[in-house]
Amino acid sequence: MSANISTMNGSSGGLRQRFAAFRDGYPHFFVLGLMVGVMLLLALVPYRTVAGPWLQAGEEVPALLQLFRLGFTTWFTLTVSGMAMGLMIFIMSSGMTLTFGLMSVLNLGHGGFISFGAFCGATVVAYLSHWGGSGSLMLTTGVLILAFFYAMLITGALGIFFERVVIRPVYGDHLKQILVTIGGAIILMELIHVIWGPTDLPVPRPDLLRGAVIFHDGVPLIGGAAIEIYRLMAVVVGLILYALMQLTISRTKVGVLIRAGVESTEMVEVQGYRIRMLFLAVFVVGSALAGLGGAMWGMYEQIVNAHMGEHLMIMVIVVIITGGLGSITGCFYAAILVGLINLYVGYLEPRLAGIATVGLMVAVLMWRPQGLIPVLRH
Amino acid sequence: MMHSILSGDFPRSRVLTGLLIAIFIGLALGPFLFGGTVAFRTMGLICVFIIVVASYDLMLGYTHVVSFAHLMFFGFGAYGVAMALDAMGSNFTAIFVGLGASLALSVVVALLLGLLSLRVKAIFFALVTLAIAFAFMVLVNQLYFITGGEDGMRVAVPRELGPAFRMDDTWTGFSLVGWLWGVITNPLAVAEVTREAFFDVRMNGRLLMYYVTFVLATGLFLFMLRLVNSPFGKVLLAIRENEFRAEALGYRTVYYRTAVVVIASMLATVGGVLFALVTRYITPESTLDFELAVFVLLMCVIGGMGTLYGSVVGATVFLIAQNYLQDLLGGVSDWMEAMPLLHYVAGLFGADRWLLWFGVLFVLSVYFFPTGIVGQLRTWAAERERRRQGKAVAEGETAEQTG
Repeated sequence: MSANISTMNGSSGGLRQRFAAFRDGYPHFFVLGLMVGVMLLLALVPYRTVAGPWLQAGEEVPALLQLFRLGFTTWFTLTVSGMAMGLMIFIMSSGMTLTFGLMSVLNLGHGGFISFGAFCGATVVAYLSHWGGSGSLMLTTGVLILAFFYAMLITGALGIFFERVVIRPVYGDHLKQILVTIGGAIILMELIHVIWGPTDLPVPRPDLLRGAVIFHDGVPLIGGAAIEIYRLMAVVVGLILYALMQLTISRTKVGVLIRAGVESTEMVEVQGYRIRMLFLAVFVVGSALAGLGGAMWGMYEQIVNAHMGEHLMIMVIVVIITGGLGSITGCFYAAILVGLINLYVGYLEPRLAGIATVGLMVAVLMWRPQGLIPVLRH
Repeated sequence: MMHSILSGDFPRSRVLTGLLIAIFIGLALGPFLFGGTVAFRTMGLICVFIIVVASYDLMLGYTHVVSFAHLMFFGFGAYGVAMALDAMGSNFTAIFVGLGASLALSVVVALLLGLLSLRVKAIFFALVTLAIAFAFMVLVNQLYFITGGEDGMRVAVPRELGPAFRMDDTWTGFSLVGWLWGVITNPLAVAEVTREAFFDVRMNGRLLMYYVTFVLATGLFLFMLRLVNSPFGKVLLAIRENEFRAEALGYRTVYYRTAVVVIASMLATVGGVLFALVTRYITPESTLDFELAVFVLLMCVIGGMGTLYGSVVGATVFLIAQNYLQDLLGGVSDWMEAMPLLHYVAGLFGADRWLLWFGVLFVLSVYFFPTGIVGQLRTWAAERERRRQGKAVAEGETAEQTG
């Protein structure tokens, strides 16, 4: 038997080895492909063939088998929506993972920035609600840009303050970092209560971003699929930001320094660069991105409250751990995975969505303890 | 005798000794010294949280293991006993079945958690436990048909532990706070104030439950004190100070860290059982919320990490603040509203803003008093002792020179 297997290995070894190499070399594509592929297979399984062996025609399908009735259009809608959610989470998480990668600072106060950004965005949108209600493309874009920019500005400024006052004194001490940043998060959350009051704040989404794009029935495969306009916008914004980040990191001088700093802080300092300034810059950009992500999420949920950052932090943490602490690429793919699994599982059984998110993390950690794309530190 | 009760770990500061004795007496005679349901509830919670915070300190302060899943084990206990009472009827067997089942579950889960992530860095453990605790909370919220979901569940305690169980005699209590307040505000009518300060304490099952909690809290606290002063505790300290060196000395640090997580989790489970029995109503928000985990962290750090006495002081100070600081801040806020200029910042002092000030206090205490209230008191006491000895030595030297 074993000889048999080994001869089989000999014949198909190339394929198998190539598969193994792909699996270990590109774990993020592997997991993503696995998840999307399995879901696609479920979507393409015809209803009757599956139902046939157990059920007579016309009988109600048991709840457990409902998942086989997915259909391609639903799969398409779920996938795009999952990507939208994932990209918003990516925007929130990117700052936290980079801060950790660069200076090994774990900022558990990140959720505070998310909430703060959401409230800033909500304020602008509510203030300019007549722009959003006008239905003109120019004014709607104006509201979005102003809201997002304002959120980023405020959270970025807060980031400077936070880095200087809260985090600077505790460099290199993980325990104190965890404690102090949690204290910071409490203070940020309470400040939101002081400024905006304790009640939830509704966010009136601009008219143009309401509703959904419905593909014409004539379109092959995806005809009839409906996708919310706002999610499409989130996908576009997220992809642009990811591209910008990758360009910055791979093509610019700052990017070289960041990459070098992640590998070895000391070597960058030895070359005469002030890594502290670089870190401050990354921290501020990360905070601003958290604010942006929060503002986008707030508009997506159409309501914000001070605790939202705290709840989103769970997903952010799952994302940065699954992706590999410090890796921006890993963070991107892990965020999409989290978004997709939330939507897929949420569609099949809404109650399990939160557990599936954590389950994904545990499963990935069992397989690769350092996350999908580990960052090597020397 | 005190030496063996406290396992040789004395408070080592006169102020701290006084504080601890005051807390002990306050809790022991509490129902007879403070009237009112709020005070009664607060005292019960203090007893419960002394167990929870002290067991958290075993991990955080003594081993530098940061876990956010401690409240999950607390929840195991609370929901375990509540569900057992629900399923088996209100009797003592149900309580012990619930306790046993949740302890068993805690051991298994704590072991798994240890295997999953104790081998990696502290930071990783913190994040993973945070995510897992969240998953458990979602689970409790979603399994509403057995846990009551977000509405929580009533804990049907046996009649002997509830307010319906009355013993015939009524004892007399003396409201200390009311009396002091009366004496200060109205010093001329001392006799009348004193007469008014007496109140009736009904002997019922609730009081019995309180004393069960109190005795258990005391016992478990002394057990933990014993634990950290044993050779086992010394190894934990060694791991905290330098894990690499502890391993080089031949201690399997992974075993020790897993062991401390398991022990702390079991103690938290007992705390959860007591919490359910004392409050008789549990919700995910009151047992599993992330905010509560942060509160436990706050109590531990403000009281003093790595000093078990700190958890007593921290839990007492925090819970009293949570229940009474709001009134004080409300007063400050009202006063500021009335003042010119100051009313702009009155929002910072609103009754609901007590947590803001605790957050600030927390951050400051991490920077300036990393050993918390207890550590600081001990440092001061040690400094005073050193000064006195220094003086004595100096005096001795001058005496020798002149002599």
